Amino acid sequence: MKDILTYVRRALVWASVLGVFSVQSALGAETIKVGILHSLSGTMAISETTLKDAMLMLIQEQNKKGGLLGKKLEPVVVDPASDWPLFAEKARELISKDKVSAVFGCWTSVSRKSVLPVFKELNSILFYPVQYEGEESERNVFYTGAAPNQQAIPAVDYLMKEEKVKRWVLAGTDYVYPRTTNKILEAYLKAKGVAAADIMINYTPFGHSDWQTIVAEIKKFGSAGKKTAVVSTINGDANVPFYKELGNQGVKATDIPVVAFSVGEEELAGLDTKPLLGHLAAWNYFQSIKSETNADFIKQWHAFTKNAKRVTNDPMEAHYIGFNMWVKAVEKAKTTDPDKVIAALPGIEAPNLTGGMSKMLANHHITKPVFIGEVRGDGQFDVVWKTPGLVPGDAWSDFLPGSKDLKGDWVGLKCGNYNTATKKCGGSG
Amino acid sequence: MRVIRDPLVALLCILGVFLAGVAPAAAGPYEDALAGFASDSFTDTGTAIDAVAASGHALAATVLGALQERRLHFSAASKKVYYTGNAETLHDAATGQAVAGERPADLAEVRLNNRLRRSVQAALGGLTLMSADPGARLNAAQAVFKSRDETLLPTLEQAIAKETDAAVRIALEQAWAAAALNREYAAAADMIAAIKVLRARGDQDVLAILGAVPADAVQPVRKAADDAIAAIKGELALWETAQNAWYGVSLGSVLLLAAIGLAITFGVMGVINMAHGEMVMLGAYTTFAVQEAIRTYNPALFAYSLAIALPLAFAVAGAVGIAIERGVIRFLYGRPLETLLATWGLSLILQQAVRSLFGPTNREVGSPAWMSGAFEIGHLTVTYNRLWIVVFALAVFALLLALLRYTRLGLEMRAVTQNRPMAAAMGIRTNRIDALTFGLGSGVAGIAGVALSQIDNVGPNLGQGYIIDSFMVVVFGGVGNLWGTLLGAFSLGIANKFLEPYAGAVLGKIAILVLIILFIQKRPRGLFALKGRAVES
Repeated sequence: MKDILTYVRRALVWASVLGVFSVQSALGAETIKVGILHSLSGTMAISETTLKDAMLMLIQEQNKKGGLLGKKLEPVVVDPASDWPLFAEKARELISKDKVSAVFGCWTSVSRKSVLPVFKELNSILFYPVQYEGEESERNVFYTGAAPNQQAIPAVDYLMKEEKVKRWVLAGTDYVYPRTTNKILEAYLKAKGVAAADIMINYTPFGHSDWQTIVAEIKKFGSAGKKTAVVSTINGDANVPFYKELGNQGVKATDIPVVAFSVGEEELAGLDTKPLLGHLAAWNYFQSIKSETNADFIKQWHAFTKNAKRVTNDPMEAHYIGFNMWVKAVEKAKTTDPDKVIAALPGIEAPNLTGGMSKMLANHHITKPVFIGEVRGDGQFDVVWKTPGLVPGDAWSDFLPGSKDLKGDWVGLKCGNYNTATKKCGGSG
Repeated sequence: MRVIRDPLVALLCILGVFLAGVAPAAAGPYEDALAGFASDSFTDTGTAIDAVAASGHALAATVLGALQERRLHFSAASKKVYYTGNAETLHDAATGQAVAGERPADLAEVRLNNRLRRSVQAALGGLTLMSADPGARLNAAQAVFKSRDETLLPTLEQAIAKETDAAVRIALEQAWAAAALNREYAAAADMIAAIKVLRARGDQDVLAILGAVPADAVQPVRKAADDAIAAIKGELALWETAQNAWYGVSLGSVLLLAAIGLAITFGVMGVINMAHGEMVMLGAYTTFAVQEAIRTYNPALFAYSLAIALPLAFAVAGAVGIAIERGVIRFLYGRPLETLLATWGLSLILQQAVRSLFGPTNREVGSPAWMSGAFEIGHLTVTYNRLWIVVFALAVFALLLALLRYTRLGLEMRAVTQNRPMAAAMGIRTNRIDALTFGLGSGVAGIAGVALSQIDNVGPNLGQGYIIDSFMVVVFGGVGNLWGTLLGAFSLGIANKFLEPYAGAVLGKIAILVLIILFIQKRPRGLFALKGRAVES
C-alpha cells in the first residue's frame, strides 16, 4: 500500500512538474521560484492549507507589482502530507530539483527539525511562520512566528497584573512545544515567587477528546480560594472538545480564565463561541485589529479566496512579514543567492499588519508586538491588552538553566548558540 | 463668605445656577459616573461601575444589567451613554427615557474584560438582592457568595427576613455566611452559625472559605471550622468516586458507540475494516450537512436536527458500506491481510474526498438547547450531552440486539456467519446478506457519528481517533459477541477514568493498552469467547 501511495504521489508530482514546465514554456521567461512546504493532507492540513493559500496570494500580489528583480515569482507547492520524514524528502526535492530560492513552510516543530539538516546541507533558506518553543537559532532558518518571550511570558504577565492570578494550571498536548514552553513558564513563575503547590501541570495526548476528568480537576484546583487561570498549550483539534467541556461544566472566564497560545480565529471557526466569552488568547496579530494594512490584507484575502467569511490569523501575518522581508533582502542583495540573502536579511524592516514595522534580528527572529485578546461572540478577538512596543524575539530562553547563557548572533558572532559564559560557540544545541 | 470680585466668575456662577435650574438631570454622582463608560478605557469603565453602584440611583441596576448583557452603548462624539431595552429601543442612560428619532451614528458597545465583568457581577449582586424577581435574587445571592462583600451583611439580613422562596433563602443564607466569615472581628456566635450554614452546602468553594478562617480564631470557631473541613473532605472524596464512575460510564458509552458497528463488520463478519472510522466521520458530516440545510431553509427545526440526521446518517454510511462491500471486500473474503490494506486505503481515500469536498478545516456542528449545559446531583456535575449519549448508546445497542435476535434479517445474518454453505443450501442469498450485514455495521457507525459530532471535532480526521479504540473494545470484549462489546466498552471506559486522575491522560491510556495486551495473552478470545464449530473454522 505504501508503495502504491508513493507511486501515486510521484505521479502527482510529475504531473505538477509537467504542468509547471508547460506554463513556463508558455511564458517563455525566467522566473524566481518560491517553495511552499505545507501539508495539504493528513492531520495538519487543517492549519497548513490556509498558509499555502496565503503564500499563493502574497506571490500573486508581488507579481502584480512587477515581480522581483524584473522576474516573475513562481510558487512551487508540494504536499508533505503531515508526515515528518516526507517533509525532509519534499524539502530536498524543492531545493535540488525545483531549484527554489527560498522555502516558506512547516508548522509543527518536529517538521522543522526534520527539514533542518536538508536546509543546512543544501544551503537554502526556510521561513518558519509559527509560534514555537524557542531554543534554536539556525543560519538557514528565519523564525517569523513568536518565540516564548513574545507570547507566553507576556500572557502570564498580563494574568498576574490584570487578573491577579495566583494559581496556575499549565495544560498542554504531550509534545515538544508545550513541554518546553511549560518548562520555561514554570521557571518564570517560580522566579516570580509562585509556590510549586500553586502550579498544576497536565499533559494530554494529541486529539484528546474526553476532557471530563481534566476539567473537573481544573475546577477543583481553582476553588482553593486563590484566583486561578489556565495557560493552555493544547494543540489544534483537541481545543474544541476542551472548550465545549468547559462551557458545559459551567467554567466561566470570570471564574477561571483560559489563555491559549494555539487558538486563533481559524480554530474558533469550528466552534460556537458564546460559552467561551472572555477566554483569552495571546498572539502577535488578531484579525479584529484596526489598521490600514490589516484592512487591505483582509480585503485581498477575501477576494483571493472568493469567500468573505474566511478568517485571517497570526501565522498568516508571520508569512506576510517573512515574505516581504525576503523580497526586500533579495532587492538589497540584487540576487537570490542564499548566502547573500542570508547576509542581507538581518536588519531588514517590513511592516506588520498591526501598524508597526517588524525588524529581522541577528538571531534570525523578528520584533513583534504582543496582544492579549478576549473571545467575542462572533469568533473574533477583542484586544484587551498589548505590549507598549515591539518585543524582540529571544531564541534562547533566559529562564532555563541550560540556555540562559546562550545567544544567537549570525551577524557579528556568526554563531547560533554562542555561550556568553564560556565565550565559545557550540554549547549544547 | 468671600466676596466675588471678578465679574466674569460671578456671571459664570449665575449662569451655572440658571442652567442647573433649567436642566433637571444635571450632574449628580450618577451622571458624572456615566461619563466613564464613554471613554472606551477599561480603567475608566471600572471606576464608573463602582461609582454607579455606589450612587444609589434608581437606574443603576438597569445600567449595570445592560452592561453585563452587552446592551450598554456609548457615543464617543457626544460622550453620552445609552442602553437598549427589551424591544431594541434605545434609552438615554442618564434619564432612562427612550431616544426619539435618529440613533447616534457612532454608537459603540461599552467593552468589558474579565476583571470588569467580575466587578459588574458583584455590584449587581448588591443592587438586586431586593429585586422582585426570584431569579434575579438567586443570581444576586450567588454573586455575593463569590464577592463576600461584608458591607452587604445588613442588606442580606433584611433580604433573608423577607424571603419566601426556599431555594433563594438558602442561597441568601449561604451568601450571608460567606460574607460574615469575611468580616474582621466577627462575633464568635455569628461565625459558628455561618460555618454551620456552609457545612450544609459542603462543596469546594466552602472548603476555600473555611480554609481561610484565621488559625488564631477563638477555640470553638476554629474547632467548628476544622470539623466542617474534615467532614466535607470525606464527603467530597466519596463524590469524586461517583464522579469518576460516571465519567467512566460516559467514556464507555462513546467507546460503545464507536465500536458497535465494528462489532458487526469485524465481530460478526470477520472483516478487518480499517475504514470503519470513516463511516463514523461520514455520519458526523451528514449531521453537519443537515444542520446547514436547516439553518438555510428552516431555522425553527434546529432543535430536531439530530433526529433528522439520524436516519440520513444511517442511510449515507450504510450505502457507502454496501458499495464498499460490493466493490472491494467481496473479492477479498478469507484474505484478511489484503482486506486490511484495501480498507486502509479506502479510509485514506474517503478522508481526502471529504477534505476536498468540505475543506480541511473543522466544521461547526451546533448542539440543540436540550443538549447543552449541565445539572447537578449532589456534588456531581452531569452534562446533558454526555447523559444523552449514554442513553443513545444503550438504545442503539438494544435495537441492534433485537434486530439480530428477532428479525428475519438477523436470523439470516447469524446463519450465514455460522455456516455459509448450509445457509446457502437453505435458500438464503448469502451474497445479499453479506452486503446487508456490512451495510448495517457501517450504518450503525454512521449514527454513532451523529452522536460523536456533539462532543468531538467534525473534521476529516474524526474517524482516525476512534479506529484503534474500537478494535480494542471489540477484541477485548470477544469477537462476535455484542454483549462482550458492551461490557468491554464500559469496563475500558471506567478503568480509564479511574486511572486518569492518578496516572494522567497519557500514561492512563498506555496502562490500559498494556492491560489489554496482558489480558489477551491470558484469554485470546476476549471476555466472551464464542464457542462451537464456527470458531474453529
